[in-house]
Amino acid sequence: MHDSQATTVEHEAHNPALVHQFADAQQQKNAASLGMWLFLVTEIMFFGGMFCAYLIYRLAHFNAFAAGSQQLSILLGATNTAVLIISSVTVVLAVKAAEAGKRKVLVSYLVVTVLLGMTFLVIKGFEYKEKFEKHHVPGETFSLTNTFDDNGKQIPINQKKAELFFSLYFAMTGMHALHMIIGCGLFSVLAVLAWKGHYTPSYFTPIENAGLYWHLVDIIWIYLFPLLYLISRHS
Amino acid sequence: MSDNAEHTTRSQGFYLSIGMGLLVLTATTVGAAFVNLGPFNPVIALLIATIKATLVVLFFMHVKGASEKLTAAVVVSGFFFLAILLSLSLADYLTRSWR
Repeated sequence: MHDSQATTVEHEAHNPALVHQFADAQQQKNAASLGMWLFLVTEIMFFGGMFCAYLIYRLAHFNAFAAGSQQLSILLGATNTAVLIISSVTVVLAVKAAEAGKRKVLVSYLVVTVLLGMTFLVIKGFEYKEKFEKHHVPGETFSLTNTFDDNGKQIPINQKKAELFFSLYFAMTGMHALHMIIGCGLFSVLAVLAWKGHYTPSYFTPIENAGLYWHLVDIIWIYLFPLLYLISRHS
Repeated sequence: MSDNAEHTTRSQGFYLSIGMGLLVLTATTVGAAFVNLGPFNPVIALLIATIKATLVVLFFMHVKGASEKLTAAVVVSGFFFLAILLSLSLADYLTRSWR
């Protein structure tokens, strides 16, 4: 009896990442994953509030929202969607590399993910720059013109309502961009730690949980893109 | 036991094909936006976005095949409460003109 207990303790001691309140590594991993998901649920509700505000105002002021949406670049928006989807693939391949214990592959995927995240932010930056130049940023100098109907006739747009669209645009994409910046920082730290060999096939929970965060930020953009960029584009 | 934690990830080819599927759906949603479907334009856009989000949640975030059923319960409850937020708010705002 003493012997078996001793081997168990010795066996567990082989995994330095296992803290003592957990029975085994799997239980520890499940607890960390559950905690991460609870955090992500609060993120869903946080963005959910903004999506709810967006829905209510879009239904109330549809024409102004359509006019505002048509000022956004579908090309840049779709490119950014593709960049984020590809970055989600590199994240999941990073998790796979961590599970297989391939340190260099893991570091490469983490670095590529950070680069893709930065690509997204640079494209977003160019979009914001254009918005500032065209006076589409809510505030005293806001003005939205150049909206035409099918016959090329200018449509009068309620400036206050169009301003509301751009307020929501900047609030939602800005908060999403902040999450991207945090994600890039997170993955940069993970890349350094992975390079130093912190993660092994028996312990790579931080990679998995940061991956969950990255995928959630991707999902938020998957909804933001059609809702903000693709309103009433068919006319 | 602990060192051989069960493998949750799938093959590289599987992830690449899910990624390709997501890119194709993105192209589809852009294409569909230029077709006049009347009130169904936003419905189609949100439907495609939801399919994409579901693919990401199930296969990239490994909710499908997760060893802990509690995780799935938390995920579902999160989206459930979001649905309450949106549906009850809209039930209010959309019916205010019904007098």
